[in-house]
Amino acid sequence: MNRRQLLAGTALALSLSTGLGGVALADDPLRVGFVYIGPVGDQGWTFIHDQARQEAEAHFEGRIETSFVESVPYGADAERVMTQMALSGTDMIFATTFGYGPDVNAVAARFPGVAFEHATGYLQEEPNVSLYNARFYEGRAVIGHIAGRMTESNTIGYIASFPIPEVVMGINSAFLHARAANPDVQFRVVWVYSWFDPAQEAAAAEALIEQGADVIMQHTDSTGAIRIAQERDVLAFGQAADMSAAAPDVHLTAIINQWAPYYIERIQARLDGEWEARNTWYGIGEGMVGMAPLHERIPEDVRAEAEQMIADIAAGDYHPFTGPINRQDGTPWLAEGEVAADGDLLGMGFYVEGMTGEIPN
Amino acid sequence: MLRLERRPQPSRAWVWAAPLLAVVLTMLAGGVLFAALGKDPVAAIRLIFWDPLFSQQFAAFSRPQLLVKAAPLILIAIGLAIGFRAGIWNIGAEGQYIIGALCAAAVAMAFFPSGPTDVRFLGLEFTMDSAPSRWWLFPLMVAAGAAGGFAWAMIPAILKTRFNTNEILVSLLLVYVAEKLLAAAAVGWLRSPEGAGFPGSRNLSRFPEAANLELIPNTGMHWGVVAAIIAVIFGYILLHRHMLGFHVQLAGQAPRAARFAGVAPARLVIFCLGLSGLMAGLAGMFEVAGPARMISIDFNVGYGFVAIIVAFLGRLHPVGILLAGFLMALTYIGGELAQFTLGLPSAAIQVFQGMLLFFLLALDMLSNYRIRLTSREVTP
Repeated sequence: MNRRQLLAGTALALSLSTGLGGVALADDPLRVGFVYIGPVGDQGWTFIHDQARQEAEAHFEGRIETSFVESVPYGADAERVMTQMALSGTDMIFATTFGYGPDVNAVAARFPGVAFEHATGYLQEEPNVSLYNARFYEGRAVIGHIAGRMTESNTIGYIASFPIPEVVMGINSAFLHARAANPDVQFRVVWVYSWFDPAQEAAAAEALIEQGADVIMQHTDSTGAIRIAQERDVLAFGQAADMSAAAPDVHLTAIINQWAPYYIERIQARLDGEWEARNTWYGIGEGMVGMAPLHERIPEDVRAEAEQMIADIAAGDYHPFTGPINRQDGTPWLAEGEVAADGDLLGMGFYVEGMTGEIPN
Repeated sequence: MLRLERRPQPSRAWVWAAPLLAVVLTMLAGGVLFAALGKDPVAAIRLIFWDPLFSQQFAAFSRPQLLVKAAPLILIAIGLAIGFRAGIWNIGAEGQYIIGALCAAAVAMAFFPSGPTDVRFLGLEFTMDSAPSRWWLFPLMVAAGAAGGFAWAMIPAILKTRFNTNEILVSLLLVYVAEKLLAAAAVGWLRSPEGAGFPGSRNLSRFPEAANLELIPNTGMHWGVVAAIIAVIFGYILLHRHMLGFHVQLAGQAPRAARFAGVAPARLVIFCLGLSGLMAGLAGMFEVAGPARMISIDFNVGYGFVAIIVAFLGRLHPVGILLAGFLMALTYIGGELAQFTLGLPSAAIQVFQGMLLFFLLALDMLSNYRIRLTSREVTP
């Protein structure tokens, strides 16, 4: 970056602040900034966002220029980073964790000419803030089914991050499908109160294996747990990215976050001057949630069932939360054939019937 | 052959030259590092040290941000430095910072207007015709923040004075306990009822009586900055103009002599840990009500630990800490600029910050020793 580019960036920022339609300087590449909560080398959440950034940059062949700042905490720091990005002439900012919500909206209010894309959040207070999220519970249904069919101890260990709707929804989805495949299945959940803590995730995996779990699932981002699974020859699933390199013998599959198609779609809209705020919740069908290759340890019939389920979900023929489903206390939630409303899922604060234990409060 | 010779008295010139030389050496070594990463070293150094202060594009925004970033570091570091001078090692300021913020936020939430005029507190509900100005709320939050940090620091203090436990270990481990309490608050008892089940408290910036807003718009000047400035003055008077400060230094340098001078070690431990906890709690209070806006799972971002570096970088001297706090804030803000304009990884920025402390400590040696050239090896 030299001084001239910086100045050009300022000019662009000024021209854009008059309105979103003002992408007039067609020769200058569109500047797209990414703000990450973790390091790009986390092999999980942030890593996969950064892969998508690189894919988008390659896709547009010089028509865009991307930049990123990694390991940015919520609050004042995120707000400052996004403000500095906007000041330096960034046209579009992807803020890739839910905790950035208030910061995104605060900066968006000051820079109405910048398009903001906020991942997995819920705050949309400004007209230039878009939300996007993936239906991870669809992937959890698939791994729940595989786990239910393959467990021998009937005990499945689940490493959960925080007791929030997103995580509770994932546990319920995996549990419902494990139970459907095997009525004797029990889930043991360990809450680690972190998204990324390799040591603690590994300790949680050890504890779950000691308690008899022979399949480990995780809703945390590091490979800490799956490495323990590899050592102890316990089955496991990757999270966010294909983690088979960390556990080649036990990595049955992984729920992969595929952000690139969405990034490309939205950047294209911005380039065309047609970007407007949306609220997107895409799943397997739209390609935002993907599954890593199924491991050869998965028996033929289980593989076929899993592939069928993936196909049905993708086609929209099957919704993982289809009634009858009762709440943990036995009260009915969904009637026979009823499908959960998105709002119910996004605010899910209860376990489904059959789950043991309580959601910590 | 090089030989180190102890100076009879620390060199005054080196005491002041070492930090400046450390900055220069950090720039040089950092430049080599950035060049090895394939980035223009001059541009990188310029982005880190110059642009946040003087660039036309950024400075109007980043200069006030320096205050915002430096204030909690300075406030915490002053408290820590007083203890460090006495040889009392509070490593858990991060935990005290969290507890201070939690206590202050809890007070604010108790009075958060649930309707336009309804107030609920301790299970009682008051309905007010027109909400009177609750001018006392912010001072109450300040008191709660200070009390929370103080109380959290009292745990290692009392354990040390009663059971002779190690305050380094206890205060550090209590950071992790505080983090769990923070997470529990963010997903549980302080969670915003309007947050759709997401963790995090209500947004305090929407509650003017509880918010630590900018005192003068676009200056970054909030009550935490004022408190940091007061802390510098207070720290200077205490350490250099007050008997208690003399006792603190005596206890650190000559514990036996201190005891003869009538310094009660237990009281000094309580005082130093309590004061540093109180100041860390205050920093947490100003942060949660101001820049951070709310309690979230990851509310703490390491100010309590970075403040230890700031305290030593500033020679445990209040004025030095003031300068060191700004320098540290500058490397953070400039480091972010360098990340997204040059594509430098954040790890390189952290190495750069680490170098600063490394060179300073290395050069510190020169204020206590002089290097002598000798013609041949000296055999004892």
